[in-house]
Amino acid sequence: MLALPLVHLRRSLLWLTVGFVVACVVFGQPASADTASPPDNSAPAATGCAFGKADAVAANGGPLGKAIWGRLCQEIDGAPTYADGVTITVSKDGAVVGTATSADGGIFVVPIPGNGTYQVALDTETLPNGFTLTDSKRATLDGVSVNLGDQQVAFPMGEGKVVARSLGDYLTTMVKGLRLGLILAVAAVGLSMVYSVTALVNFAHAELVTVGAIFTFGFNTIGVPFWISVILAMIAGGIVGALNDIAIFHPLTKRRMSPLAMMVVSIGVGIAARNLLQIIFGESGRRYAGAADQRERKFGPLRLTPNDLTIIAICVVVLIALVVLLRKTRLGTAIRAVADNPDLAASSGIAVDRIVTIVWVLCGALTALAGTLYGLTLNVKFDMGFILLLSMFAAVVLGGLGSVAGAILGAIIIGVVQETSGLFIDTAYKFVVALAVLILVLLFRPQGLLGKKERFG
Amino acid sequence: MSWLSIIALALQTAVGFQAASYALGAVGLNLQFGYTGLSNFGHVGFLLVGAYGMAISADRGWPLWVGLLLGVGAAIVLGLLLGIPTLRLRGDYLAIVTIAAAEILRLVANARPSEPLTGGSPGIGGLTSKLGFFRHNFFPERRYAIGNSFVFTDRQLWSMMWAWGLAILATLLIRRLIRSPWGRVIRSIREDEDAARALGKNVVVYKLQSFILGGTIGALAGALIALDDGSVTPDRWIAPFTFALYTVVILGGAGTVWGPIVGAAVYWFVLQAAEGILKNLWFDVGETMIGAIRLAIMGLGLAALMVFRPQGILGSKKEMLASGR
Repeated sequence: MLALPLVHLRRSLLWLTVGFVVACVVFGQPASADTASPPDNSAPAATGCAFGKADAVAANGGPLGKAIWGRLCQEIDGAPTYADGVTITVSKDGAVVGTATSADGGIFVVPIPGNGTYQVALDTETLPNGFTLTDSKRATLDGVSVNLGDQQVAFPMGEGKVVARSLGDYLTTMVKGLRLGLILAVAAVGLSMVYSVTALVNFAHAELVTVGAIFTFGFNTIGVPFWISVILAMIAGGIVGALNDIAIFHPLTKRRMSPLAMMVVSIGVGIAARNLLQIIFGESGRRYAGAADQRERKFGPLRLTPNDLTIIAICVVVLIALVVLLRKTRLGTAIRAVADNPDLAASSGIAVDRIVTIVWVLCGALTALAGTLYGLTLNVKFDMGFILLLSMFAAVVLGGLGSVAGAILGAIIIGVVQETSGLFIDTAYKFVVALAVLILVLLFRPQGLLGKKERFG
Repeated sequence: MSWLSIIALALQTAVGFQAASYALGAVGLNLQFGYTGLSNFGHVGFLLVGAYGMAISADRGWPLWVGLLLGVGAAIVLGLLLGIPTLRLRGDYLAIVTIAAAEILRLVANARPSEPLTGGSPGIGGLTSKLGFFRHNFFPERRYAIGNSFVFTDRQLWSMMWAWGLAILATLLIRRLIRSPWGRVIRSIREDEDAARALGKNVVVYKLQSFILGGTIGALAGALIALDDGSVTPDRWIAPFTFALYTVVILGGAGTVWGPIVGAAVYWFVLQAAEGILKNLWFDVGETMIGAIRLAIMGLGLAALMVFRPQGILGSKKEMLASGR
């Protein structure tokens, strides 16, 4: 199952590269290195209108305190122009909390009582001549959640035009996609390995991701240094994985339950676990204590946070270690033998049940690590794994169900495609793209990129 | 609230519209999963297109029957699109593709660029006045009650009548089909696909027919839910809805004629009873907490049923695919 059919790998990578280059040529003009490019890949903001907390503090002449803040800016004739005298109203649950008028420089700071969810409204009547909102429906922003005391809000103004992106932006987005893809890979190899030794498509795998992040969060919160928490969380994740096998799926296999029925069981277990985690951990997303203040820095043409690089490095090391484990050690050989044919493996003296348990432990530990790293990029939430679940399935099916190398390749493709698709189409569709890729692959190459060819139907 | 009134409310929910709409959706799923052995984990996608058929029709000012045709037509197209590529593959693939497709539909309906068609994340409202579902309601306008419990409005009775009526009609249709030669082929595919193929049956075509018919019944359930709600929002059609329908099917007995109806009634009875108990404990349980606990009960219930009583309430163990072969 691990034998890399290099021809397929090469061919698929070739097509991928060709596709990407074509897409770049068709959809955008990678202009020559333009240093003043938008800092983030999400919204193509006008360059001169970029605004950050440091600027706000400087303009405010002191700390902001508990506030909702921002700057009203529109590019007029190519120069950023600020709208002053505009009324901004903040309300909570229908009651007005505070009002402010934008000062010189278009800056407004509305004090608020504390964290919570607010509604921020801009009175379009008070906009000076020449200023218009890009989207007139976005004069009122519902559900602005404030978690860290203060929060920036933006009212994009002026004609919505797409700023020509620089090559650096494309590369940065590619690297962010690679980061997501590698996290997905670490999460998905466990799914694929468990499938290869038990034929179970484990829908509760998503909760292993969440559990890992929550363990790390818990250890970190009680004062354990972050990276030691990660290792403890991996151990705990391995134990949870083993429990999955010992308490649930091993007894079911002994009862000769069909894989389809076990899949339904895993769905039930997943739903129950997710909701129990919600009850224990609460509804809101939280960040690790040590993970705050990650500013983007320039690395050549790329703009990345230090965390991005750490995550990529860890994932690469772990994946290489896993492949070495599977290819070069006796344990790895045994795992591959069980995956190929459990009966044959048993008759040549391999303790199949023990190997299955070890695979579950590996799966739990790796997935816990992936969850931790995913929590580092966003935040820790009870349904974070569930959000990744379909991308993981897509990755595993794309690479070929049961193939570890396939899962890694599939995950990287899905991650990159998901992130870079945001450059060409509305970001709301980025999950859709990943899932559409999945369906297309099944149409034309049902066994996946690196999967074994089987006789279907 | 006394124990008696908790039980009365739970019974009322068990015969109410929600249970009826779940029953109708589950009848379609039962044909696919229970009789044909297709693991369609995106059944909610069919309900979604049924509901949006109604909503889009209302939005454009078209009459109700156009909305119905739109939803059913979309369900057939969806069935073909999903079925043709995946019904040739192993069951795992169908499961993953259908759940992915249902998510795609929901995310597309939710996305801002789709607003002109689907209304984006706020969805489409005002179905009641635009489609006039309740205009032909022949129940006189008042509250109907047995004693102090079992209180239904005339509108609820009207929705319930349609939903239970359609659920029973669909059940009778399935019973007829399953006892026909077509039904025997369908069940033989569930038992042993290769054997059916060896007898010269075009297995993929039979599976496709079953898949599309089940999906169409699902779309009807979605359309009814849209009519009863009066509005359609994307966040109602999430994956746990499908899993709830699975719980209903397995609870009643997968591959039994009346299983979905019994399952839906029991499912809602249990959930409502649990909620009633949680709301009357000596300490206060928040609304979101109750929702989470309800879903956790559903999940544990689904897993436990699968392990300890895979044939459900009505099934016989022999008939049950999921009991393992």
